[in-house]
Amino acid sequence: MKKPMNWSKISLIIAAVLLAAIPFVSDSRTWLILLTQIFIFSILAMSYDVLLGYAGMVSFGHAMFFGIGAYTTAVLLDRFEPTLLVFSLSIAAGMLIAGIISFFVGLLTLRLKDHFFAMLTLALSGLFLVLAEKWRSVTNGNDGFTFSAPDVFRDRAVFYLTVLALLVVVYFALRRFTNSPLGRVLIAVRENEQRTKALGYRTLAYKVIASVVAGVTASLAGSLYVVSLRFVNTSVMAMDVTLDALLMTIIGGVGTLIGPIIGAGIIELAQHYLSDLAGEYPLFERWIIFFGILYILAVIFFPTGIAGFFKSLFSRRRRPEADAPPLEPAKPEVPR
Amino acid sequence: MEPILKTEKLTIRFGGHTAVDSVDFEMPANHFKSIIGPNGAGKTTFFNLISGELKPTAGRVLYKGKDLAGESPIDRTRQGLGRSFQITNVFPSLSVLENVRLAVQSKKKIRFDFLRHFSSYASLTEEAEQLLELVLLKDKRDAAASQLAHGEKRKLEIAMLLALDTEVLLLDEPTAGMSLEEVPAILDVIRKIKTERQKTILLIEHKMDMILDLSDSIMVLFNGRLLADGPPDVIMQNERVQNAYLGGIEHGTAPQNG
Ligand SMILES: Nc1ncnc2c1ncn2[C@@H]1O[C@H](COP(=O)(O)OP(=O)(O)OP(=O)(O)O)[C@@H](O)[C@H]1O
Ligand SMILES: [Mg+2]
Repeated sequence: MKKPMNWSKISLIIAAVLLAAIPFVSDSRTWLILLTQIFIFSILAMSYDVLLGYAGMVSFGHAMFFGIGAYTTAVLLDRFEPTLLVFSLSIAAGMLIAGIISFFVGLLTLRLKDHFFAMLTLALSGLFLVLAEKWRSVTNGNDGFTFSAPDVFRDRAVFYLTVLALLVVVYFALRRFTNSPLGRVLIAVRENEQRTKALGYRTLAYKVIASVVAGVTASLAGSLYVVSLRFVNTSVMAMDVTLDALLMTIIGGVGTLIGPIIGAGIIELAQHYLSDLAGEYPLFERWIIFFGILYILAVIFFPTGIAGFFKSLFSRRRRPEADAPPLEPAKPEVPR
Repeated sequence: MEPILKTEKLTIRFGGHTAVDSVDFEMPANHFKSIIGPNGAGKTTFFNLISGELKPTAGRVLYKGKDLAGESPIDRTRQGLGRSFQITNVFPSLSVLENVRLAVQSKKKIRFDFLRHFSSYASLTEEAEQLLELVLLKDKRDAAASQLAHGEKRKLEIAMLLALDTEVLLLDEPTAGMSLEEVPAILDVIRKIKTERQKTILLIEHKMDMILDLSDSIMVLFNGRLLADGPPDVIMQNERVQNAYLGGIEHGTAPQNG
């Protein structure tokens, strides 16, 4: 059964092509670097969306997977030759480690209710942060270390295009994943886990799968991030990374995949311009305050995020397809 | 004939309160049994024990001769014990169609396919649509489940249960809260399932006319105890039942679901 391409797919492909043309028409290094950053955080935010928006799992420890990818790539590129092969292998190795750890993190949902799970992920990522600080022989502690990226990436445009290509691949892969029969069950788990069980689905398996997919994808983002900086330190494991991912996902719209990309764009651009402004007006040095305000406004005016807002605009005109879902569905403990 | 479903001294206590009190019950396959009893008699709790949502304090549940202790609700559903819920229990922000489609998908055991688009399984959608037609919900297929009126949610519950196509159907007050015009259609559905599909049905209801119309046998729960179990006419004549529960019915004060 072949369906005609829908407009959203077409417009996304057009957007990707336009973005791919940028390095050929502009020679602004600042913009290339900024956009590369946005793409990388888009991948991270989408991975968070799989957890939060689809499986309905709240994690405060997503930074650990980003950090695992970051350190794996940095250490391997530093210890071995900075070639494309080592780079690719380091991505795979990071994903493997992140996959194993996220598997066990996912298993924790068996024993832990939502908020305990959130707390535990927070503690666990704290543990990884401490590990990165103390394991100086590998990480050089808080100071971190610089390393060389593969030669081809000396050309910022090549790296930009690589990251863009990966973003497109990850987006379409996650989109297929979330639209697959498995992905539909994931959404059911978010909506009403007990009912999903009553239908005969082993919900734990789905939560573990979501955890692994999110962890592995976040690790990829981490690998790309350190190559863009050619530097790594403990900040890749910090709470800020998780908060950024959370903010991007919520502002852009949970459970949409495209929303987190928009959110990543907004947050990164805002950070960029606000830190510029801070040079002139010291008030803006506290740019985090603005994110607080932005967050509050988003929750008030776009409770389903920007993507959810536009989606509901469209569906109101067409047919009342289920709107972007609320974050916390009612979950009766004992059914009646 | 060996009973398909059986309980032995099934008991559950919540604190000091014994909600289900050593109930011995059994039913053969393809049988239609109704459970009656006043509010708080323990009927839903009895279902929760059979479906595995609650663990008994004592006693056991046997399905096809096998002790179900230690089997999760997931396992029990997969083995053929399907249930609907008294308090509507659906996926609120998913469409009505998607609610049923997920149940069909489970029956078809399509659990971990992550490579194909869900809509490429056209037969699942078709089957879900047929079920929606059966319970007269077809015009609501694209509405979010949370947008449905109460009676419509009850129909959705039924459609989801039927979608699982389990051998045993546990129906907890399927028509409670439906408007009077809606009830006969749902009765028809249940009757049709009973005759066509060879199902074992256990029904909790308060509507006596419906129960007498459908049931092969009736069991009466009162304060968690099994008061009586037998063919409808015998139950209706049973003195203890009359005193405890049915007494009011002739006078038109049948207990209604609160
Ligand atoms: N999880 C629970 N914890 C504590 N008490 C419970 C629990 N579930 C049920 N009960 C109590 O057990 C008793 C039986 O409840 P149950 O819901 O089984 O009654 P019911 O026969 O289904 O009534 P109704 O006709 O109103 O649906 C009630 O007194 C109820 O308060
Ligand atoms: Mg009840």
